[in-house]
Formats: sequence, C-alpha cells, structure tokens
Amino acid sequence: MFRLVLRRGAGLVLTLLVMSLAIFLVMEVLPGDPAAIQLGTSGRADTLAALRQSMGLDQPAVVRYLAWISGMLRGDFGTSFTYGVPVAGLIAERLAVTLPLALMAIVLSTAIALPLGVIAAARNGTAVDHGATLFTQICVAVPNFWIGLVLILLFSSQLGWFPAGGFPGWEAGLGAGLKALLLPAVALALPQSAILARVTRAAVLDVLNEDFVATARAKGLNRSAALWRHVVPNALVPVVTIMGLQFSFLIAGAVLVENVFVLPGLGRLAFQALAQRDLLVIRDVVLLFAGLVVVVNFLVDMAYLALDPRLRGRA
Amino acid sequence: MMLEVRDLAIDIARPDAEPLRLVNDVSFRLAAGRTLGIVGESGSGKSMLLKALIGLLPGTIRATGSILFDGTDLLALGEAEMCRVRGRRIGMIFQEPMTALNPAQRIGDQIAEGIRWHRRVSAAEARAEALQWLERVRIPDARRRIDTYPHEMSGGQRQRVGIAIALAMRPDLLIADEPTTALDVTVQAEILDIFDELVSDLGVGLILVSHDLGVIGRIADETLVLYAGTRMEEGPTEAVLRHPRHPYTRGLLAAMPRRGGGVGAGGDLPTIPGTVPSLAALPPGCRFANRCGCVTEACRAAEPAWRTAADGRGLRCILGPEAAA
Repeated sequence: MFRLVLRRGAGLVLTLLVMSLAIFLVMEVLPGDPAAIQLGTSGRADTLAALRQSMGLDQPAVVRYLAWISGMLRGDFGTSFTYGVPVAGLIAERLAVTLPLALMAIVLSTAIALPLGVIAAARNGTAVDHGATLFTQICVAVPNFWIGLVLILLFSSQLGWFPAGGFPGWEAGLGAGLKALLLPAVALALPQSAILARVTRAAVLDVLNEDFVATARAKGLNRSAALWRHVVPNALVPVVTIMGLQFSFLIAGAVLVENVFVLPGLGRLAFQALAQRDLLVIRDVVLLFAGLVVVVNFLVDMAYLALDPRLRGRA
Repeated sequence: MMLEVRDLAIDIARPDAEPLRLVNDVSFRLAAGRTLGIVGESGSGKSMLLKALIGLLPGTIRATGSILFDGTDLLALGEAEMCRVRGRRIGMIFQEPMTALNPAQRIGDQIAEGIRWHRRVSAAEARAEALQWLERVRIPDARRRIDTYPHEMSGGQRQRVGIAIALAMRPDLLIADEPTTALDVTVQAEILDIFDELVSDLGVGLILVSHDLGVIGRIADETLVLYAGTRMEEGPTEAVLRHPRHPYTRGLLAAMPRRGGGVGAGGDLPTIPGTVPSLAALPPGCRFANRCGCVTEACRAAEPAWRTAADGRGLRCILGPEAAA
C-alpha cells in the first residue's frame, strides 16, 4: 500500500519533467522572438542583441531549459515581458482567484449532483427520475458563460444581491471575496453537476442490483440505509473519475466565465499572455496547469484506493 | 407453529398481458428448531418463495395467500414493520458468497452493522460479538481476520461470514438459498456441518433451498418438492427420499450420480426427459405430465389436487401414494 503511493508519487514527478520538456520544446519552435516582441518595431539590431543577451536568449536551449527548471524549483519564475513584474507573483495572485473558484464550483457541483443522481437512481423510472433527467438535459445543453450572463442579469442587475463582476481581492475580507466568486462558481458548477449527476445515476443503478445490497436489506436495513451505506460507497469510483476531469477543466478552462465576470483568474492570464506573446508567462502557466492536472489525477488515484480495498493489493 | 404458509401464490405483473403466476398453491409449516428442505430445479419458484418469506420481492411481483410467522401475517405488514422482522426475526443466506458481501466494508463491520441496527449496543460490544460469531462459524484466526475485506477470503470463508451476518442478529428463522451450490464439495460439507451445529445449538428454524438431494437428505427434517411453481410432494425427509411417491421425486432421485452407477455398469446417468414447461404455457393437466413415465389420459385432463395421505405425507399426483413402485 505504502509502496503503491510511493510509486504513484514518483510517476507524478516524472510526468511533470516530461511535460516541462514538451512545453519548452513547443515554445522553442513557436515563431516569434520574445526580445523582438518586447522591443516592438522600433528596435535596432544592436539593442535587440543586447536585450537578447540580458534575457539569456543567446544561450543554447539546454542551458535555458535547465535555467528555467532550476529557477522554478527555487520559486523564481522569471519576469513577465509585458507586465514587467515577476511571473511568480503574477501567477500567485491569479491562483488566489482561480483555485478558490474551482474549489467552490466542484463543491457546488458535487453537492447538487450526488444527491440528485443517487435519488434519481433509487426512484428509477418515476416522476422524480424524469424531473432529474430534464434538469440535467437543460444544464448540459446550456453553455456556462450564458448561465453566467443570466445570473448577472437576475441576481446583480435585477435583485442587486451580488456584484456583477470583478474581484475585490481577499484583503477586502473573506465574505466579500466569496460573494464575488459565488455567481461564477454557480455558472461553472451547473453544467458540470448535470454530467456528474448522470454518471452518478448510472453508477448507482449498476450497484443497486448487486447481491450485497440484498444482503443489506435482508439484515433489516431500510431502503435509504442500504442505499447510502452500501450502494453509494460502491458507486463512487466512476463519480470520482469524472470529478477529477472536471476539476482539471475548472482550473484551466474557466476563461469564458472569468471573462464574463471580469475575474483576474489564471485562464484570463493565460489568454492575455497568449495574445501578447508573453512567452515566459505562457510557459509557466501551462506548466502550472499541467502540474495541477497531474496532481489532481494523483489524488483521484489515491481516492480509488480509499474507495475500493480490492485495488490496494495490486501494486 | 412458528411458520405457517397458506395457499401462497406469487404473480408477476406484465405490461401487456394478465399477470403471470410464478408460484401457485404452496402451503407448509415449520416448527421452531426444525429444518425444512425445499427441492426443485431452476424455474421451480423456490427462490421467489424465499424472497416472499423475507418480503424482498421486486416491485412488479406480488404474493397472495398468507405467511403466518408466530401468528402475524407477514404479507399484511408494511415496509417499516417488515424491516423489524427482516434480519432480527428472519435471517437470510444467499447463494453466491463471492458477491453477497459488500466489497468495500470490512467483514467485522458487516456483521456488527446488523447487530447495531436492531439492538442498542456500543460499537465495541457489537465488534466483540462479531468476533464471537466469526469464531463460531470457524473462521481461523478470527481476531485478525475480523478486519479483512471480503476479497481477501475464499468462497467458503465468505459463506461462513454470510452465515455469521445472519445469525448475529439471533433470528428465529433462517432461510438459505442454495448456500452450498457455489462451493467445492469439501467446503460444502464443512458449511453443512456449521449449519447442523448452529441450528441445533441455537434452536433456529431453517429453510434450506437446494436442487441437490444429497444436501437436503443430509440436513432437512422435512422435505418439500417443488415443480414448475407448485408443490408436488412433501413429508419427512427420510420417507420422501427412501420411498418417493411422486414420479417427479423418483426421477430426481434416479438422476443423482452414485458411486458404482445406479443403472448398471457403464450406463449413462438417467435423466428426466424434456424440460420444465414455461409458466406462460402450462399444460392444462398435471404440470409434470409431458415428462412423466406414468402419465395417463386423466393426467392431461385436469391438474391433480394436493392430497394428504393417512400418514401425513402430501402428494399432488392422480395415481395416489399406493401407486409408488
């Protein structure tokens, strides 16, 4: 068991190394010289050469790769060409918005999807099940940025309960910060919860017919005790798989919703950096995305082991 | 009488037809501490019968008649009341030990859960009781095994855990659906030993369903023979197996493999020709008529009534008890 965790952990580090290499190579072959972009069209050849030297661009690729990695390990992510500030600070600032937003969205999505999916499966074929199906069909069909716009229209413009966008920063207090993130989190969570609810329903339906559920009922457990104690714990593996995929998407793919709500998140940072050819920022942000996805996958693997003791024996 | 089943019938609803009768005209009695063996091929309705007893028939299937358990008709009880009977008064053991246990729960917890569901005891007390039950069903090294998961055990051990789960709630009646069918022959014998011992020690009534006459002969006081959803013969096990009165029972006995060969050297194992008729297309007369060696014209005219002979044995055959060769 411990060896298994250790092996997965080693795999995680290796994956990150391979990814950093891939990202570096892609950036290498990408057209556009960061120094030339920073200098603009007015740059003279000797200024450009000097800038390239000061940015370390005249070094061979291997040296630059190693410098990048060792810098990252020391927490030095380099300096953004366009913002003129350290990339580390830039990312940390954005991560302080994106990570809580993603966590809120996944918590909301799970809080909606799990009961909905379980109850729909337990009441298979009844009006409750059909109602749940209708809700999930609608939520899947509607894009999250559109839900965001509707939420702004309703809760900000009409009712004035929530800010229409922007982020006051955590300095403004936990309450104000959470309030600014709630609507975008709902917009992100609804479509995801619909998918998660469908997966949960299917998984629970599968387990409901298992013999051990009859054993639980024969003990005298009523329907709901058998459902929540015996069926649900055995139905969670596919649910956790989808949650892992969805969390990765929330970290990297929230750009549209971040734009709708004018949130200074990682997605917008990546988008802007790409538009401005701020290669250093792109490189670091993409590696960070990759790293988060790999870590989430690792956590999902660990969750499998916690959920299904049969997997623990296989090293 | 602890259990008295009267005129039990079980019907399944069909979307575009009349309900289909799965079990018809089954009655039997069981006294506390006695063992009833129910024999039948697949499709004889024996599993449905057990599910009706414990009130776990699927929603589309309905039982009528009465199941009197200590004077209370279980078929008249609501779901909440039935939950107090299930486990606590009537325990059940399932056919497939490989799938009957929750794979994500330690076996000790699965035993303790039932104890704590029906009685107010602490987790520690329930665990101590669970350990005792594991020892009683002869799980070696029970103190260590109590924290293992089902997948770490063999089929025979899992079936013992299944027995421990059911007995830990101290039911008055235990019903077992082919509890040894999925096991190796040597393990079968061990499980039957455990049944024998615990049932007589605890004074539990046992209903054991099996298609294996060897198992029935080994453990049951009374035997009930089912065929195509109804009873064919009933009586004390030894009498039924030694002097079967129904041609179907005789056929079942003849089809049992024996050392030395029952038929003559090198002979094939005798079988009952044909198959169990579909419940949707039962013949008008006796359900066994199309496979019976003693069939007469009268057999095909109307289904024979259930008759109890002077010695108390029941039979559904037009030829009557005297005809038995």
